[in-house]
Amino acid sequence: MKREIPILIVGITGFAMLIQYFIPTDWSETIFTKSQDWIIIIGILSMPLGIWSLVKANVNKLKDPNEWFYSAVLLLGFLIMIVTCLNGENLSGNSIFNNIFNYVLVPIQSTIFSLLAFFIASAAYRAFRARSILATILLITAFLVMFRFMPLGPVSTINAKIVSWILQVPNMAANRAIMMGIGLGATATAMKIILGVERTYMGHD
Amino acid sequence: MNIFEKIMKVDRRWVYLAIGLAVSIPAVYELVATYILKKENTTINIPITPSPEVKKVYDFVESMKPGEHLFICVDYDPSSMAELNPMTTAIVNQAFAKDIKIIFVTLSQFGPGLVEQITSSLAAAHNKVRGEDYAFLGYRPYPAITILAMGVDFRVPFPEDYYGTPLDSLPIMDGIKNFNNLKGVIELTSGNTADFWITYGNGRYGFPLALGITGVMSANYYQYLSSDQLLGIIPGVKGAAEYEELVGFPGDGKAQMAYQVIAHAVILVFIIISNIAFFGTRKRKGGMEGGAQ
Repeated sequence: MKREIPILIVGITGFAMLIQYFIPTDWSETIFTKSQDWIIIIGILSMPLGIWSLVKANVNKLKDPNEWFYSAVLLLGFLIMIVTCLNGENLSGNSIFNNIFNYVLVPIQSTIFSLLAFFIASAAYRAFRARSILATILLITAFLVMFRFMPLGPVSTINAKIVSWILQVPNMAANRAIMMGIGLGATATAMKIILGVERTYMGHD
Repeated sequence: MNIFEKIMKVDRRWVYLAIGLAVSIPAVYELVATYILKKENTTINIPITPSPEVKKVYDFVESMKPGEHLFICVDYDPSSMAELNPMTTAIVNQAFAKDIKIIFVTLSQFGPGLVEQITSSLAAAHNKVRGEDYAFLGYRPYPAITILAMGVDFRVPFPEDYYGTPLDSLPIMDGIKNFNNLKGVIELTSGNTADFWITYGNGRYGFPLALGITGVMSANYYQYLSSDQLLGIIPGVKGAAEYEELVGFPGDGKAQMAYQVIAHAVILVFIIISNIAFFGTRKRKGGMEGGAQ
């Protein structure tokens, strides 16, 4: 029964969701809405588990002389953000919650992400070399796509048309092939799960 | 070790230094122009020609009548706000100037702070009132479920707006039940929420959808233009600058173009130097290395 009941629940739910998509009636919409509520409820139940796990792991790290500082910052930030947003009025205007967001989180994230420019430049220097025919195609394509940023009058106009063609024809063909493969694979896996053939999601074969 | 081999094996810190110095040039120019030369307009003006995919988004918003509803989803975080904030600002400026009502939602946990930033400054500039001219419904996790639920009724995932006001109490939400009551959706994202909007939003409910995305994401979404699943795309800072040019509000997008152009120019020069050195070493060795890396 420990195996059959979960398979039955997954099978019935999967088929119900599959069928309702093709039946646009009030009752199918009700089933759809209720099932979404259930997904949200199940998801919310996992949140306390995540918070507990995060807090527990970092409280334990407070004892580590090499890592206690980072865990203390994390726990402090975690508590401050919770306390400052408990009052709904603090979410707008010049509140502590907004000021921490604007003047701490925004600069930190922007700084980290801006470092990417340096890594991309270094990677481009080493990777874009005409070592073979395929590498040369990659090099020329990358060069043209980056070159479209250069404001060089008529040259830019012609290059923009070439880049537009690259993006909308060969790029589209390759992307569509990948997307169709992913779609077919996802459908096949979903059908295997609904029919009870694929059971690894239960934690065992 | 000859000169070509030295170039091939150059320490990456020289590349970092070159990029750092290159992107400092526009900033230094602005400082000198502002404080020493006492000029008023200190931004380096890069010529911008709007591309068709950006113009389609602009034309779509421009075709809306005053009082019609536009849905804007702000699904990015501070790490990509340099690219996406300018386009969000330009679109909101255009919509507010045309008296279009805007409903904001975010499916990113960092989105609320960004929406708050944008709405608080632009609503004041255009004399717009929260709840009447625009609304911010808030943040919900699980993008696919939230999009599907909004397709049934906005009140299912968002019974109240971000500030705790019931949606039925907001004048802007009068007669607005789901996507059928809106003119279209503009999704501004730095992540995979764009896929959810295409699959579960446009795919199921068929509303007009436009994307504002980071530059590196653009290649993945051009395919949806020719299939008409997207009405237009605003890609990266360049797209934002093009949109600002169309709207006539010069902002951060146009200002950032100088930095972007000079950084790309340096990378292109590095690629050329690297390949000259590569062919130089290959000629000396008299053979060809195999395989793309």
